[in-house]
Amino acid sequence: MKRISQEDRRVWVLFTAVVALFVAFIPFSVLAFDVQYTYTLRTVALGGAILGIISGVLGTFAVLRQQSLMGDALSHAALPGVTIAFLLVGRQLSALLIGAGIASWLGIRFIMSVTRTTRIKQDTAMGIVLASWFALGIVLLSYIQGRPDASQAGLDKFIFGQAAAIVRSDVELVSVVGLMAFIVLGLFWKEFKLITFDPEFARANGFPAGMLDTLLSTLIVVAIVLGLQLAGVILMVGMLIAPAVAARQWTRKLEQMVLLSGAFGAFAGAVGAIISAVEVGLPTGPLMIVVASAIVLVSICFAPERGLVWTLLKQAADRRRFAALNALRDLYRHAQNHGDPRYPTPEALVTGLRGNIARRALHQLAREGLAVREGQSWRLTDAGIAQAEQDTLPHWSEGNAPLPAAQPALMGAAD
Amino acid sequence: MALEERQPAPASQAALTIEDLTVAYHSKPAVWDVDLAVPEGVLMAIVGPNGAGKSTLIKAALDLIPRAAGSVRFYGRTYAQARDLVGYVPQRGSVDWDFPTTVLDVVTMGLYGQLGWFKRPGRKERETALYALEQVGMVDFAGRQISQLSGGQQQRTFLARALAQDARIYFMDEPFAAVDAVTERAIVAILHELRARGKTVIVVHHDLQTVLDYFDWVALLNVELIASGPAQTIFTEENLRRTYGGRIATLNGQLLQAAGD
Repeated sequence: MKRISQEDRRVWVLFTAVVALFVAFIPFSVLAFDVQYTYTLRTVALGGAILGIISGVLGTFAVLRQQSLMGDALSHAALPGVTIAFLLVGRQLSALLIGAGIASWLGIRFIMSVTRTTRIKQDTAMGIVLASWFALGIVLLSYIQGRPDASQAGLDKFIFGQAAAIVRSDVELVSVVGLMAFIVLGLFWKEFKLITFDPEFARANGFPAGMLDTLLSTLIVVAIVLGLQLAGVILMVGMLIAPAVAARQWTRKLEQMVLLSGAFGAFAGAVGAIISAVEVGLPTGPLMIVVASAIVLVSICFAPERGLVWTLLKQAADRRRFAALNALRDLYRHAQNHGDPRYPTPEALVTGLRGNIARRALHQLAREGLAVREGQSWRLTDAGIAQAEQDTLPHWSEGNAPLPAAQPALMGAAD
Repeated sequence: MALEERQPAPASQAALTIEDLTVAYHSKPAVWDVDLAVPEGVLMAIVGPNGAGKSTLIKAALDLIPRAAGSVRFYGRTYAQARDLVGYVPQRGSVDWDFPTTVLDVVTMGLYGQLGWFKRPGRKERETALYALEQVGMVDFAGRQISQLSGGQQQRTFLARALAQDARIYFMDEPFAAVDAVTERAIVAILHELRARGKTVIVVHHDLQTVLDYFDWVALLNVELIASGPAQTIFTEENLRRTYGGRIATLNGQLLQAAGD
């Protein structure tokens, strides 16, 4: 049986916790908020979950390629595509989404070629595309809305998204296209990993990096386009990057990051949809983003190793550890100067040298059985002496003469 | 096609032949009209001041950036044809070391090219990668997350990735940049091991003082190729002065790094 590392176990625990939390949330929402699981809500929640999985999984690559803002530019760039498709073919969801995809895809090609051929930097190129494509989309949208044609109603929902309008066939469309995107991702998994980590090495090894790059970008565009109806062009970037950013906090493996990101995305999508049913008029798309952002917040704060709380605890633990080590050395060195390792050292000497943290450090030593208190002084135990010799001797026994005790140049640089 | 391309191989065919190579950035030449022949089995340093086009020369040879003119042949073949024979160690700073993956996984990436499309690395690739890690003294770090590596360990990971490829000619872009003395010795040992196995190694190098110790062949570059050949005859004060444009100082017969470097 293969040994499972602590970190792998953590990811599985987290994955299970997300699923369990979601399952528990359904009866909770019924009892606490009297949410009615109507056909519409079930459809929207399912759509949100599926969209969350797709954007979470593909968003992982956008984040790792440091293209989070590219996602924003691309989703804004989709709007003129929606409007032009409407003018050409009329109100037909698949046509609108194809239009969105083409506009978005042209946006990414434009950004890439401008960055490659001119001295304009990528962030500038993205800004240009974001603003100009979006502006064109708004102009066309206003023009369409000015027409007496009733079929245009609701087209402006693409700006902020309108999940409530989602019907079963939309969910089916999203599922099928998403599944195809996942198949492509699975087929080119190692190639995508390689060009994301080290595109230059990929090219030197004969992989058509340009083609793979375009393919991966296209998949990201697909995720954006599928989400437009729910989240809208302005907020879609949140669904794309938030789950991935949260997932990155918890794991060090790409496979696990993709899995977790998908789970977070699904959770945000479904829970956002359910919360929006608590009261009439709550917007679904923005709520999904709020839930996703909450997951990010929790992850940034509490994830082990990368989280804020963990880092602060680690720093505090380090301070205590080094303070204890320094106190041990101080006791040992002072005693050595008196020719007897058991010679007691006044507490005031140690705290005067190291500050107040040394008092806690001395008590820490006492708890570990390395030192004992005698009145206002501290004395090393046998274990303490052994520890001090083992830990500190090599650093200051050169020439067999201990340094003068007043020289604080030991390991005090810990904080 | 292939038959026309393949010329009868002479016994002492060069590992790398560069003819009339010019690379331009925004109409300024970065590498200008370079002719260079590197015999098989040498350990060559490419030396020159900052902005002399050292990395550019390597990247142009490996088809990573477009050439304005010239041709590059590996054992008489183009890079596309000879790709399996060529290993590449990019500059360590060229990737994001916070990428979520392990040392072993990065080294395995060296085998992706041989694996071909759609195939996943398996037990054989894993063993090859572990062997490569063993050669650079990093086998204990196989499962380590790459963000936890020191600069020297990152460099050795990249070296292991290239070793896993088992190429005939290696290109290394500044492998000695900002590594400690221990790592530097480890890398030198690997270079000499590669030469002992008959490999050709071409290294972009910055430290003039160690050129004669580490390398037996040298190319002096400052946009144009100043000189190339056996290190003992080419690496002279006179040639260095021509390469660095007089910005070089010697002290008690000891070479100092070029001013402003």
